[in-house]
Amino acid sequence: MNAMQERTKAAMLAAGRGVVVSVASLVGSITLFVWTVLSIVFIVLGIGLVTTPYVLELVRKHANRRRLLAVTWSDIRIPVPYRPFPKDLRTGFTGQVERTTLMLKDPATWRDIRWLLVDMTAGYVVATLAAALLIYPLEGLVLAAGLWRVFTDDRYWYGFVPVDSQATGLAAAALGAALFATGVLVSERLLRLHFVIARAMLAPTQKEELVRRIDRLTETRHEAVDTAASELRRIERDLHDGAQARLVAMGMNLGTVEALIEKDPAQAKKLLAMARESSAEALTELRDLVRGIHPPVLAERGLGDAVRALALRLPFESEVDAELGGRMDAAVESAAYFAVSETLTNAAKHSGADRVRVDIHHENSALRISVTDNGRGGARVGSGSGLSGIERRLGTFDGIMAVSSPAGGPTMVTMEIPCELS
Amino acid sequence: MRVVLAEDLFLLRDGLVRLLEAYDFEIAAAVESGPELARAFAESEPDVAIVDVRLPPSHTDEGLQCALAARRAKPGLPVLVLSQHVEQLYARELLADGNGGIGYLLKDRVFDAGQFVDAVRRVAAGGTAMDPQVISQLLSRRSQDKPMGMLTPRELEVMELMAQGRSNAAIASQMVITERAVAKHTSNIFGKLGLPPSDDDNRRVLAVLAYLDRG
Repeated sequence: MNAMQERTKAAMLAAGRGVVVSVASLVGSITLFVWTVLSIVFIVLGIGLVTTPYVLELVRKHANRRRLLAVTWSDIRIPVPYRPFPKDLRTGFTGQVERTTLMLKDPATWRDIRWLLVDMTAGYVVATLAAALLIYPLEGLVLAAGLWRVFTDDRYWYGFVPVDSQATGLAAAALGAALFATGVLVSERLLRLHFVIARAMLAPTQKEELVRRIDRLTETRHEAVDTAASELRRIERDLHDGAQARLVAMGMNLGTVEALIEKDPAQAKKLLAMARESSAEALTELRDLVRGIHPPVLAERGLGDAVRALALRLPFESEVDAELGGRMDAAVESAAYFAVSETLTNAAKHSGADRVRVDIHHENSALRISVTDNGRGGARVGSGSGLSGIERRLGTFDGIMAVSSPAGGPTMVTMEIPCELS
Repeated sequence: MRVVLAEDLFLLRDGLVRLLEAYDFEIAAAVESGPELARAFAESEPDVAIVDVRLPPSHTDEGLQCALAARRAKPGLPVLVLSQHVEQLYARELLADGNGGIGYLLKDRVFDAGQFVDAVRRVAAGGTAMDPQVISQLLSRRSQDKPMGMLTPRELEVMELMAQGRSNAAIASQMVITERAVAKHTSNIFGKLGLPPSDDDNRRVLAVLAYLDRG
């Protein structure tokens, strides 16, 4: 009995959702389809060049809302396939024209438009059916209860039942009950079918996904190569101006010591002391350099302790919660470490925070890191900020980053890198 | 005094052996890997061990782990840990048992043979030898502290040297003041930080280190 009740409840819920979706399909999709067609036609007159991006943007929002409903209501994931705009898009009228061209060249746009057509027809019918099977039976009941009297002269069709008497009214109620029972069984599935149709229309083809993947890989590979090259240049410069120069000076000093040791022991002793100082300084510089290339604690203990050691060197209070069952790839470990390090440096520099919390754990084949500070917020991933550097670094490993930083704080940076533990 | 030495780089190991022998230490064992070190701890019964943090075969913190394990088996076993870099994280782990007889120094400190040998002897006698870098990191983190703000620059200097594990006599000669003056400074420091006074040099150092590392 309980199972039955649950079932009915779920079906009623699906019916309610069916109403929402069918309204969106009928009103939203038809309106947007008409606007889109008009806007594209008006490109000939010039007006369309300005309006099209706005209209298509609305269409995308409309489609994205349906994607969201699909995943929350029926657990159907529909990927978002729109091509991003290039960063150097011009402003004003030319920018708008450029935007129009780019959007019209995006196959996802045409898929959207095709989906609008299907959504206002098949999509609408399916969603309405999901709702009607549970709502229409109410009328059957009302007819049986007495509404049939109104129709004694002029028969009323309830479904295929002509209602004009108590008997036919009861037949209508029976039909309603049968419809209701069917609705309980199929409503959820109909709603699901609606989203399946949407997915079939909206999801990118495999070929498009591959193209997108290749674009992404090309981009991240360029960035990885650039980063590696500039790192090497930096290391070369540091060694050249630092340790290497000091060793040269040291060798020179020692040569002079050799010459002076008998003639002027006091001077020789002074030079020896200088040579020793130089060697200590060279060591300090090398140590800092090594820390910048690959921190020793990271090599010795792994990510968790390396971040703990890093936090101990911060000028503010910190809490590190790292639960990792093993080590990951050295490259991933290093990328994650420097991402955290950069985030913490950023927090120290800009946030004015006096507490920070780092959370590191591994689940569902991904490393998840969050860094939260109690500073003033307002951090953005923008041009030239440290945060976009981190995003680039993580991109090489298909990692992603999200920043939540409302004005007034707190700031929370979350990162996720797919990887396995060993 | 019997010393067990673990260092994987031949040149450094050889140099250390020569240095220690020149200062009349007896080298009970000079090994180059973690497993060998564990065996040396078990068999040689050293008075003090000098251990590199990173050792083969894993090239992780094998030396450190081995030393910590030996100290768990035999509390207070004097160990001087050497490394190319110092980390507060490791210092904290070494000091955690509160037993003393612990040293943690950068390898560079070997350059000053006199001071290095002094540190080895101090650790062997149950004292502490913390690298100045560890201490200055700790101090810079606590510089915003209220009680620390009440210390005079002179007292801070004494505190820094004390935290490294130096005795009053050593601090006096380094700062070119009398031992009495050092004693006065230390009792002021303990008063201002609210630490219980203690005559025992080692307890005193550990108390200061614990204070610096708190929170």
